[in-house]
Amino acid sequence: MRPVRSSVVTAVAAVAALTAVTGCAEKSDGKGDGAVQVVAKDDSCEVSKTKLPAGHVELAVENKGSKVTEVYVLFPDDRIVTERENIGPGTKANITAEMKAGSYEVACKPGMKGKGIRRKIEVTGGAAAKRSPEMDRAVAGYRTYVQAQADETLPKVKVFTEAVAAGDIEAAKKAYAESRIGWERTEPVAESFGDIDPKVDVREDGLEAGQKWTGWHRLEKALWQDKKLGAEEKALAPVLYKDLADWQNRVGRADITPTSMANGAKELLDEVATGKVTGEEERYSHTDLVDFKANVEGAEQSYQLLKPIASKNDAALTASLDKRFAALNTLLDKYRADRNAYDFTSYEKVGKADRKELSDAVNALAEPLSKLAAAVTK
Amino acid sequence: MAESVDPGDVVAEGAGPPSRRRLLGWGGAGLALGAVAAGGTVAAVRPGGGSEPAADSGAAVPFHGEHQAGIATAVQDRLHFAAFDVTTRDRAELVALLKEWTRAAERMTAGHAVGEGAYGGLAEAPPDDTGEALGLKPSRLTLTVGFGPSLFTKGRFGLEDRRPDALTDLPKFPGDNLEAARSGGDLCVQACADDPQVAVHAIRNLARIGMGRTAIRWSQLGFGKTSSTTPGAQTPRNMMGFKDGTRNISGDDTAALDRHVWVGAKDDAGWMTGGSYLVARRIRMHIETWDRAPLQEQEDIFGRDKGEGAPVGRAKERDEPFLKAMLPTAHVRLAHPDSNGGATILRRGYSFTDGTDGLGRLDAGLFFIAYQRDVRKGFIPVQRGLAAHDALNEYIQHVGSAVFAVPPGVRDKDDWWGRTLFS
Repeated sequence: MRPVRSSVVTAVAAVAALTAVTGCAEKSDGKGDGAVQVVAKDDSCEVSKTKLPAGHVELAVENKGSKVTEVYVLFPDDRIVTERENIGPGTKANITAEMKAGSYEVACKPGMKGKGIRRKIEVTGGAAAKRSPEMDRAVAGYRTYVQAQADETLPKVKVFTEAVAAGDIEAAKKAYAESRIGWERTEPVAESFGDIDPKVDVREDGLEAGQKWTGWHRLEKALWQDKKLGAEEKALAPVLYKDLADWQNRVGRADITPTSMANGAKELLDEVATGKVTGEEERYSHTDLVDFKANVEGAEQSYQLLKPIASKNDAALTASLDKRFAALNTLLDKYRADRNAYDFTSYEKVGKADRKELSDAVNALAEPLSKLAAAVTK
Repeated sequence: MAESVDPGDVVAEGAGPPSRRRLLGWGGAGLALGAVAAGGTVAAVRPGGGSEPAADSGAAVPFHGEHQAGIATAVQDRLHFAAFDVTTRDRAELVALLKEWTRAAERMTAGHAVGEGAYGGLAEAPPDDTGEALGLKPSRLTLTVGFGPSLFTKGRFGLEDRRPDALTDLPKFPGDNLEAARSGGDLCVQACADDPQVAVHAIRNLARIGMGRTAIRWSQLGFGKTSSTTPGAQTPRNMMGFKDGTRNISGDDTAALDRHVWVGAKDDAGWMTGGSYLVARRIRMHIETWDRAPLQEQEDIFGRDKGEGAPVGRAKERDEPFLKAMLPTAHVRLAHPDSNGGATILRRGYSFTDGTDGLGRLDAGLFFIAYQRDVRKGFIPVQRGLAAHDALNEYIQHVGSAVFAVPPGVRDKDDWWGRTLFS
């Protein structure tokens, strides 16, 4: 990365040039420090100022490169403050945000790919909570995971919804459980948006008065119980895809904190404890163990990212969590022939004693997991 | 709970203000509780002459002592009994659990919240204590731990050589219809208190502390104690409306306790000295058919009259029963020590009503608990006779069963449940 000082110098020159050319001076507050000028090229991202006062911030972006680019302002944990996509070569765009004091990064992504070229900026004034760099790393890691899960899930959803739309019951049944894995791994984040979950993952008994039943479980019932796909189900398939594409687009903006990660991990286990061990979640397809495994994997991902922090504060807790994650995973492996495939025993074939064993193992993990947030914030 | 409790409520044996000791029942001074029958409510007599229900007085029963509390202790009004499977295979983890349980039990029996309490801690973390007993008095809570035969299985915790002979597996008795899901267990905790919420809170918190090392196998709530260890108190009635257990061992009859309840130093397992053996049986009553039985039949079956509770041919409940006057199949006759070669047990059972059974019948009965020095000389001979001949069998069925070795008491703040077994 180019030294910050040099980019500032370059950018200052750019400010003068741009102001003169574009007449953007009306955005200025009269002291000559209005919009931050961002010049995006194929191999650079020049930012005119790296120290800004808190409050309304404006970025005037010019793409001087040869590729379409996008520019983001990011929190240190990679959460998106604001962004603008599809800035074509030779074009300009303005981006605005209300920003609190803290450290941020501006990222230019030539070709709209990858992590982008990053520039640090400091916003000062006002009060803002400081987070340790290791906490930011944990959150950034989880944010990447959540986005990757959504990105990998959409093609699987496509396979499922296209099979439903085509009326192919067998293909749809085969694709059903797999299409839910990414969602189940990151469910607390998905649920944080409020509006997506009731559209895609609601069960019939969870409907509110007047609410239309859509989503996975509506199709699950059609496939396994009604054993037919009518016009209505076929029409609902693309709606499910569209709703999940919405999730994919918005998941990067989720508000994630170390404590929300820790408690999100616990919530994933709670999902298992209340809905999966009882067989309620997948009452028609009986693919509960696939969801179960995905919930555990998602919880484990959160935990692994927080572990470096938690183990310093409470080594006994992380030692116990390591052991219990392993124990639960070993137990789950009993229900599948291939550890790399999500082909689990149908839950209706899991007897009462085995369900209790699973329930005990979930409680054994979830109880200490509920202490992770405290270990992270100590 | 913490802030409502005056530490002065907790009186150790032989310590504390003498005026308090009267409230404690079987304190070191060996005072009778002074409990009087008052409309079925146990009352504790205040030195000033006034009395208030023991449940309201909310006294704490000392946790430390030679024997575990909850055996000879004056029987409280409510029960929550839980049997646990030990899920860890690691002996050190099991020992750590028993130590954590002991420390939590010390706090809860004194009326304090577990750990750092139920509120005021980190906003992001669940509180240490579940909180439903906040503001409630100790309510004479006792917590009594026991070890089941399965804990001594070879290859588990290296305890196979330490299983006492007296901790024998119960034979199958005629008429038993035992459900595995209501039987057995590696560990048990008996929580007795005058307030059901206090008893439930205690088991719930111990179960929570145990997660990952233990899992609840089954549990039972009980009410309306069906026996008394306080001879001054009115003998409680069971769900059939009869007084049962009039002749129970009194909690202050040291000689009888030493002879029939406490394990002696010369008995087969040294680590059990001062302990006892617990048998628990869930006895379902066929309430509806019982209620259709004629009064005479009911009285003949028990061998007592229904109003006074007097043995057949006698006038008062505590009159010496004349066994030969009773039917050979009468319950009292068959259960009496004289019919069992002197076999005597200390009973601490409770009634239960767990709703209905799906056939419109009350799922109710007696949760029978007996303590004895040796199961082979206590429960087994008595139950053999009852199972074979008791006329009551037409109206009852044993559906759950468990036996546990109850170790001696926790001596002090450094001691823990099971130390003599594991060290």
